[in-house]
Amino acid sequence: MNWVAIRMLTGDKVKFIGLVFGVAFSTLLITQQLTIFVNLIFRGGVAVQEVTTANVWVMDPATRTADVIYPMPITALDRVRSVPGVAYASPLLRSNASIRTPEGDLEGVTVIGVDDSSLVGIPRRMSEGDAMRLMDPDAVFIDDVGSRKLFAPGQKVIGSQLELNDQRAIIKGIVDSTPTFTAQVTLYTRYSNALNFVPGTRNRLSFVLVRGDDKVSPDTLARRITQQTGLKARTTEEFTRDGVDFIIENTGIPINFGITVVLGVIVGVAIVGLTFSLFIRDNIKQFGALKAIGVTNRKIMVMVAAQSGLVALIGYGLGFAMAAGFIGAGAATGEDFKGFYMPYQIPMITAALVLAIIALTGFIAIRSVLKTDPASVFR
Amino acid sequence: MNKFAISVRNVAKDFPVGDDNIRVLHDINVDVNAGELTYLVGESGSGKTTLISIIAGILYPTQGKVRVFDTEIYDLSDNELVRFRLSTIGFIFQQYNLIPTLTAAENAAIPLIADGMKRAEAVERARVLLDKLNIANQGDKFPRQLSGGQQQRVAIARALVHEPRLIVCDEPTAALDAKSGRRVMDLLREVALAEDRAVIIVTHDNRIFDLADRILAMEDGRIIHDGRDKAILMQEDA
Repeated sequence: MNWVAIRMLTGDKVKFIGLVFGVAFSTLLITQQLTIFVNLIFRGGVAVQEVTTANVWVMDPATRTADVIYPMPITALDRVRSVPGVAYASPLLRSNASIRTPEGDLEGVTVIGVDDSSLVGIPRRMSEGDAMRLMDPDAVFIDDVGSRKLFAPGQKVIGSQLELNDQRAIIKGIVDSTPTFTAQVTLYTRYSNALNFVPGTRNRLSFVLVRGDDKVSPDTLARRITQQTGLKARTTEEFTRDGVDFIIENTGIPINFGITVVLGVIVGVAIVGLTFSLFIRDNIKQFGALKAIGVTNRKIMVMVAAQSGLVALIGYGLGFAMAAGFIGAGAATGEDFKGFYMPYQIPMITAALVLAIIALTGFIAIRSVLKTDPASVFR
Repeated sequence: MNKFAISVRNVAKDFPVGDDNIRVLHDINVDVNAGELTYLVGESGSGKTTLISIIAGILYPTQGKVRVFDTEIYDLSDNELVRFRLSTIGFIFQQYNLIPTLTAAENAAIPLIADGMKRAEAVERARVLLDKLNIANQGDKFPRQLSGGQQQRVAIARALVHEPRLIVCDEPTAALDAKSGRRVMDLLREVALAEDRAVIIVTHDNRIFDLADRILAMEDGRIIHDGRDKAILMQEDA
């Protein structure tokens, strides 16, 4: 009888398309919003994840994230280096500054000063230029998204001069990095240069980037550094999580995206529920006739489940394809979506929500069918 | 000699209205023989639809027993009763109740498909019956593409395709003109009636009274006339 059920459903093209559209739209809304939400909050930890050469970050106990910093005295570097198990430790400065572009515009930037000798702290991949060019006088690297923000397509980037807090900075390379949550242009330079570029207080050191030797785990080393120096030490994973948690706790983003996801579910329930109810109401005489003829309630339930299942399958497939296409195209071409991906949990969460929508609307629909008295066909 | 087909004993039916119950059938006792075309006639509200629903096993009586071909149908469990209807009873509804998105042949095949037969085989068997009913060339059309008489024939095919022993019809000619109505009744007699089968028709279409083998007339929930003297009824009706 499932074949009869499917033909009943697909034969009414307007309602069938309405049902599929309802599920597809809900799927698109939920998947797309959840994906953007997850990637957006993950950007709170991007600055930490970009530095692949360190596995422990050391900072002042008041520092909360890579962007919420209380600087330390430079002596902290030697204190950390003296802790057993530290293979190497490098200074890192993160600060905000303003630049004047060749066109005279003003732009806020993040300046990152990395270790002068080892360059620990710059992203792993270069889009253009050689990492060693950072050794040049006044040299800065710019992130690729930032370069497209500051320079028009076709305009020469490498070799361009920027006015960075009244100092001359020359772009010597473009790094391939994921934008952070603030989406500011990021300039990388040597630590000694950064001290000149960014005026500040007596204490300037933002972080000490640490790599432990092979005998000690990052967890153990972080605890040991904290015990012996009194500084806060976090593994890369922990500090990434701190950045994500900070955004969740201090912004309205989770609530806003949560509201959109709930709206997606409500819209789905409304469209699918109303259309499915209309479909059932239009066919109630036929269902009554089937019951009179001798189709059991169980078979009727399976029929409605088959109809719901088909709508869910096609609607979810379409909605998911649209969401994946949207995110994929955005990540491939758009600067704002660079690095966006869809974690495997999101399709599963969306599928569960779509199933809930279908189960709820199917339950409402099946109730009216089961309540239909077969004797009503004679009235 | 006609064989016994249906036996209705002391059947009554109450319907709740507000806090009270209204009795719409009063102590009905009737036997229907196999091999006969039996009409159940009466004014609207006389109880004929309620009685036929009870005989067809789709409405539980408040009291009494109904035996259909040696089976006390209301002693069966719900599932057994549904199975019994599927195997033993064919339904023809006033509004046809064809599924608009299935073709005529597919509609006619529904009882076989519901009974577990493969779709292709069921549709093939339905086509044979449509041929018998002279609408073989309409098998691939949808109900909206058929006339009222053709839709009624499809409904008849659906009622007969699984070879039930009892055919229950509700106003089968109400939506048809006189000529089409008589043709449908002739077809029913020709295709549905056999020594071991019974056909009960609820109608108040006096144009076809003369085609009945027996007429049961109802009024206020009681059978007031049970006989084969159709002329009297036709005269009264006139």
